[in-house]
Amino acid sequence: MNGMELTTLLAAVVAGAAPVIFAAVGETVTERAGLINLSLDGSILLGAMAGFAAALYTGSVAAGFAAAAAVGAVVAAVVAVTGVYLGQSQVAVGFVLTLTCRDLAYFLGNPLSRVPGPQVSPLPVPGLADLPGVGEVLFRHNLVVYASIALVPVAWLLLYRTRWGLAVRAVGEHPAAAYARGVDPRRVQLACAVVGGLLVGLAGAAFSLAVKPGWGRPQGAEGMGWIALALVIFGGWHPAKVAVGAYLFSLLQVVGIPLQALLPSVPTQVFQVAPFPLMIFTLWLIHLTRSEAVERWAGDRAWAWRLVHALRASAPRALGKPLSRE
Amino acid sequence: MTRAAVRYGVTALVLVAFTTAVLLLAGAPPWDAYRSLAVGAFGSWGRLARVLTVWVPLTLCACGLLYTFRIGLWNIGVEGQVVMGAIGATWALRHPAPSAPVAVAGALAAGVVLGAAWAYAAGLLKTRGGVNEIFAGLGLNFVAQGFVLWLIFGPWKRPGVASMSGTAPFPPELWLPTASWGRVAPVAVALAVVAVAATAALLARTRVGLHLSAVGRNPRAAALFGLSPARNMLLAMALGGGLAGLAGALQVAGVYHRLIPAISSGYGYLGLLVAMLAGYRLAPVPVIALFFAALNVGSIQLPLVLEVDSSLSGVIQGAVVLAVLVVHGWSARRAPEGTP
Repeated sequence: MNGMELTTLLAAVVAGAAPVIFAAVGETVTERAGLINLSLDGSILLGAMAGFAAALYTGSVAAGFAAAAAVGAVVAAVVAVTGVYLGQSQVAVGFVLTLTCRDLAYFLGNPLSRVPGPQVSPLPVPGLADLPGVGEVLFRHNLVVYASIALVPVAWLLLYRTRWGLAVRAVGEHPAAAYARGVDPRRVQLACAVVGGLLVGLAGAAFSLAVKPGWGRPQGAEGMGWIALALVIFGGWHPAKVAVGAYLFSLLQVVGIPLQALLPSVPTQVFQVAPFPLMIFTLWLIHLTRSEAVERWAGDRAWAWRLVHALRASAPRALGKPLSRE
Repeated sequence: MTRAAVRYGVTALVLVAFTTAVLLLAGAPPWDAYRSLAVGAFGSWGRLARVLTVWVPLTLCACGLLYTFRIGLWNIGVEGQVVMGAIGATWALRHPAPSAPVAVAGALAAGVVLGAAWAYAAGLLKTRGGVNEIFAGLGLNFVAQGFVLWLIFGPWKRPGVASMSGTAPFPPELWLPTASWGRVAPVAVALAVVAVAATAALLARTRVGLHLSAVGRNPRAAALFGLSPARNMLLAMALGGGLAGLAGALQVAGVYHRLIPAISSGYGYLGLLVAMLAGYRLAPVPVIALFFAALNVGSIQLPLVLEVDSSLSGVIQGAVVLAVLVVHGWSARRAPEGTP
């Protein structure tokens, strides 16, 4: 593989990861507040449909993204209100919404199937786009891709360097303690659900208006919501590590086709389902790093100690649990 | 009027209002759509037979999910367990057997075993590996789906060319016999009825059901009484997975007569909705499964009659469950402590 091909490949990885980053970072924000929005796979599709429809009828791609974000926020708000305020199981509501939103998208989007529509136009960054190598990989994309790259540090800053982020993390770890410090856990969870939902909706529009332009049944974004949920775990609920996971997933998709030609004995399906066993393996590793035996074993070995601590990402302690009423 | 009656009334109203709004948004005349759904599901004996054919896997999956819900597990992996059951049945039917009935019985047994094993794997990941059963199950669903595709396009491909239409059909003597009045296998319906009865007996009248409830309500207290939460969780998973596997095996032996990529038709996930709508109780399961099956079959002709997508059935099914959850939660919130 020569230099030319490598930059093209990396550029494809960066572009392909954009919608997954929106969805996975959005879900990271939601889950850090202790709320789990399981509806991603459906709300991405509904966002994709709504975004495409709005862009088609108004002729404005921006209107498409706004509509998709609104749809994602509304779906997430339903999860938060029924889960937090009405005391229903977040998992149950999220799961029902996954199926319902998917079918709603197919039903309402039926007249839009295979209709040619607008899409995001490329916008090379003047000056930077001509840089050798880096230019092609990072600066010859569209606004959606730039936004996906910018989102990662922004989410990190928000979560780790602002008071709001501190409140979010406190609610996710220990809602009762946060309450005692004057933070209303319900409002924080609702806010994080809506912020996360906005990003999930944008992910949908990023599919239907940029990465896989157009609408149809199937659209091509099916399964991506589950991938995003898996990536949040893979990345240990940290925006930067989640983004690394998204790029690895995108790499797997991009190299899947040429790699298949090189290794004909490995079935295509292996590349498609690979992220899921990896997710299970990651969860198992997280569990292992917390066991006493591993602790003792790693205690004598400096490298193992560092490794265990790097892996020891833990889920927000209150994740998915109902808030007690007091 | 009692509180419950008001609740059901409000739920129905919310549901009809939502569905009608969706239909209007899609530009479809609501009344025609509802009529078309009803006629599509119950308009002829043939249609009714198809409704029963869908009722079987939904009932089996929902019954199986009651075991896992009882112990507090979210067996979202039920979808993959259906798929593995179908794979097990196909694998068995590809082998020579002394007679056709033996072959079919063996196929169903293989489906049960493989479905139970797949669920057991998710259970082991939960009890031994500390992996949340939702993500373990979900991951295993995608692995099972990838496995089906690999089998259809690889080792079990149709002689000549592999295609999305599935493996080569089995000879008709290996098909479950169908009724004279419609394309439904009476054996499959009978097995689903037996599963309902057995689940009722097991959950209400045996120690197994008692233990599952005890662990589900309070794992620590159950452990003090000498009940192993892990062992009971694995038992619940295996029972649920076995029924899901049977559903998958019946899809192969009684419906498609071969392995196709979409062999589960999403019935596992739909079974979750059935169990949720039934309030995790057995009694309403058969009726709700029939309602859901009727919606599925009734919507098949929608694209031809009204030029709308058949996913309307899924919209209604999801909206029912959502409406029940929201109205239930809202009413529980408003109710003073202690009133049901």
